[in-house]
Amino acid sequence: MTSLLLLIPCALLLGGAGLAAFLWALRSGQFDDLDGAASRILFDDPPQKEKHHV
Amino acid sequence: MESRPCRHCGAPLRADLPDPFCGEGCARAYELIEEAGLSSFYDRFTSDPAARPLRPEQRPARDLALNVTCRDDGTAALDLMVDGLHCAACGWLIEILLTRRPEVASARINHSTRRLRLVWRGGIEQGSALVELVEALGFRLTPFDPARLDAAVNAELRDLLRCLAVAGFAAANIMLLSVSVWAGHSTGMGQATRDLMHWLSALIALPAILYAGRPFFRSAWAAVRHRRTNMDVPISIGVVAAAGMSLSETLRHGPYAYFDSAVTLLFFLLVGRVLDLRARGRTREAAAHLLSLGIAGATRLNQDGRAEIVALSALRPGDHILVAAGERIGADGRVASGISDIDASLLTGESLPVPVEAGGAVFAGQLNLSAPLTIAVTAAGDDTLLAEIVRLMEAAESGQARYRRLADRLIPYYTPVVHVAALATYLYWWLAAGEIWQVALLRAVSVLIITCPCALGLAIPAVQVAASGRLFRRGILLKSATALEKLADIDHVVFDKTGTLTTGSPDLKPDPGRDEDMLRIAAGIARTSRHPLARALAAACPGEAARESVCEVPGRGLAAGAIRLGARAWIGLPDDGAAEPEMWLSVPGRPRQRFAFSEASRPDSAETVAWLRGAGYFVSLLSGDRWAAVAAMAARCGIEDWQAGADPAAKLDALAMLKAHGRRVLMVGDGLNDAPALAAADVSMSPASAADIAQTAADVVFQGESLSAVREILSVAKKARAVIRENLAFAVFYNLAAVPLAVIGWVTPPLAAALMSSSSLIVVLNAMRLAGRKAP
Repeated sequence: MTSLLLLIPCALLLGGAGLAAFLWALRSGQFDDLDGAASRILFDDPPQKEKHHV
Repeated sequence: MESRPCRHCGAPLRADLPDPFCGEGCARAYELIEEAGLSSFYDRFTSDPAARPLRPEQRPARDLALNVTCRDDGTAALDLMVDGLHCAACGWLIEILLTRRPEVASARINHSTRRLRLVWRGGIEQGSALVELVEALGFRLTPFDPARLDAAVNAELRDLLRCLAVAGFAAANIMLLSVSVWAGHSTGMGQATRDLMHWLSALIALPAILYAGRPFFRSAWAAVRHRRTNMDVPISIGVVAAAGMSLSETLRHGPYAYFDSAVTLLFFLLVGRVLDLRARGRTREAAAHLLSLGIAGATRLNQDGRAEIVALSALRPGDHILVAAGERIGADGRVASGISDIDASLLTGESLPVPVEAGGAVFAGQLNLSAPLTIAVTAAGDDTLLAEIVRLMEAAESGQARYRRLADRLIPYYTPVVHVAALATYLYWWLAAGEIWQVALLRAVSVLIITCPCALGLAIPAVQVAASGRLFRRGILLKSATALEKLADIDHVVFDKTGTLTTGSPDLKPDPGRDEDMLRIAAGIARTSRHPLARALAAACPGEAARESVCEVPGRGLAAGAIRLGARAWIGLPDDGAAEPEMWLSVPGRPRQRFAFSEASRPDSAETVAWLRGAGYFVSLLSGDRWAAVAAMAARCGIEDWQAGADPAAKLDALAMLKAHGRRVLMVGDGLNDAPALAAADVSMSPASAADIAQTAADVVFQGESLSAVREILSVAKKARAVIRENLAFAVFYNLAAVPLAVIGWVTPPLAAALMSSSSLIVVLNAMRLAGRKAP
């Protein structure tokens, strides 16, 4: 039964990570445009200003 | 000679032009795209022939100051609606062109809502330049205020989604622990381990219930406080009771806890809430979208003759405004000077442009097609006809809210019985049977739990999910959660004409006696015009190149030297008020040629009407179009009950009349003028090609040319109703059978758990029958 003491916290941590990821995705607007994401991968990214220092 | 398409917009070119472009705008757009090295856009662009071509137009300068928000860090942000966004490549082109500009911080298009959010460093002037850059490609941008549009609904939706996530997390983890406890009952799990499992479940479940149950608790509390009851009251009591009893079991080291039931129930109910809210938010969005059609402002002519761009709210009756060709009119008024064609389809549903000249009445929301107009304002802002339509729509929509779902109608009978039964159980065991009060309370709580409307709560949503999945595969989108239930009660179908029974565009009528040479001449002239009749004429003779030096007189016709093409009066014939749309061609030395047009009807409109009548539905036609056109269409489709010349208010009256006679009405329409009627009908449908506003007001949107969607949805709705009734009957039967057992104390807790989950499972499986892959 001692393995439970390790496994249950593990399960909860993993589940909690999933929950946190979903809440983060919701907050950062990942669900705002469900149609765009499907077609966006077909095209090159617009240049990222922060990386290229245009 | 074959006509070449314009390299940018794809329109057929006049043969004499040296460049491969139809105008300066297209040439500039092509150059812009070429310079940026993005010419692969043209390969990726998938043009929809029905959509507006990407032809850049001269647009009056607008003042963006009303909508730009300047921030402290020197950046400014603007939200715009994008018109002309047909495909993914369009969005990519706009984003990449904008982000390459040094001053742009971010440009992001939301493909679902067709909106662009633009953030840049600098002031309003830079913003105007960016907007002009995108418009130079042929897109039309309209600034809007996002806070006015949908902030409230979005906040509520996000809150529900957060609740859903928490409930889902808790349900999955508690189920994990519960399964091990259940297995432990037969394999001899020690009491200490079981208690640990129960305590862990409690630690997860109690905060999750407190958090994720808020939407239900709030609504139940509001109902109770006003001495009413709704579905949320038994749900809240059931969840709280299950959690409370499980907690007391845990405290007393009891063998059974029901945290899993409570949290799983919350999770499933939240899924239903989220779907419901997403559908409901649309109407409010539609009304806001409609009002923002004119947000861009109007060009006012001041006393001193200077033009000034002002907000629509600043217009007063008596002002004079300039409306350029291709611009929407911002206020109701009369034409002071100028001759043009007006596209009034937004307001009246009339499919053909109406010529206007000085003295003619125009209304806000109409589109000025061919030449600039000066308009004397008679009504502005909230007094316009457009604002009136929005009010009609909102009023009609709030009237709809009175519809009560089958489940809601059952609740007033169901809940008192449950509460009285629980109370009676408690009193019986405590007073009559002489048990100690804890035992009596436990039995009362098990009555509450076993009657917890798990199966009842799932009976309807499960069917709705299965049915809407099946309809979705057929290109029919259910937007309102109650539409399916209401569709099953429908006994009267009302069609709009233009765009619903017909495809909305005119077709040249075949005429065996026609001189083909005359048709070619006419098509060559017509190719230079964008008038719908001229376009139909050009389309009837596809190989013909556009003729040179054609001049167009707005509202009258076209002339190429002595050859004239246009309305009756344009070639010198008296106007006889002809029923069908027509054009005349006069060539010197030849007899005049008449071209008659008919509206192209959807391929199966007559068949669909015949099926509906055969299936016992009443069918009516309600159109804003002219008498003769409506009569002809009614005859062709076999509709006996029809009404022509109906404006939005008349359509509402007609629907109110039908309702007064006890009819349940399905309205099928597509125009803005149908929007109030769509909102007022018991259920409404719109083709996917309809104006945004009609789509958003309708409960159901269907894709494709065929009207068979109406048939499909009515038969699915009937089947769904049958399954819902089976489910409800089963759920009620289950409760009737189980409650007496619980009252006399026979239901042991594991039996209660098994009954609860198996009843839910049966209800869900029964609903899945509807989702069958086989086409009916």
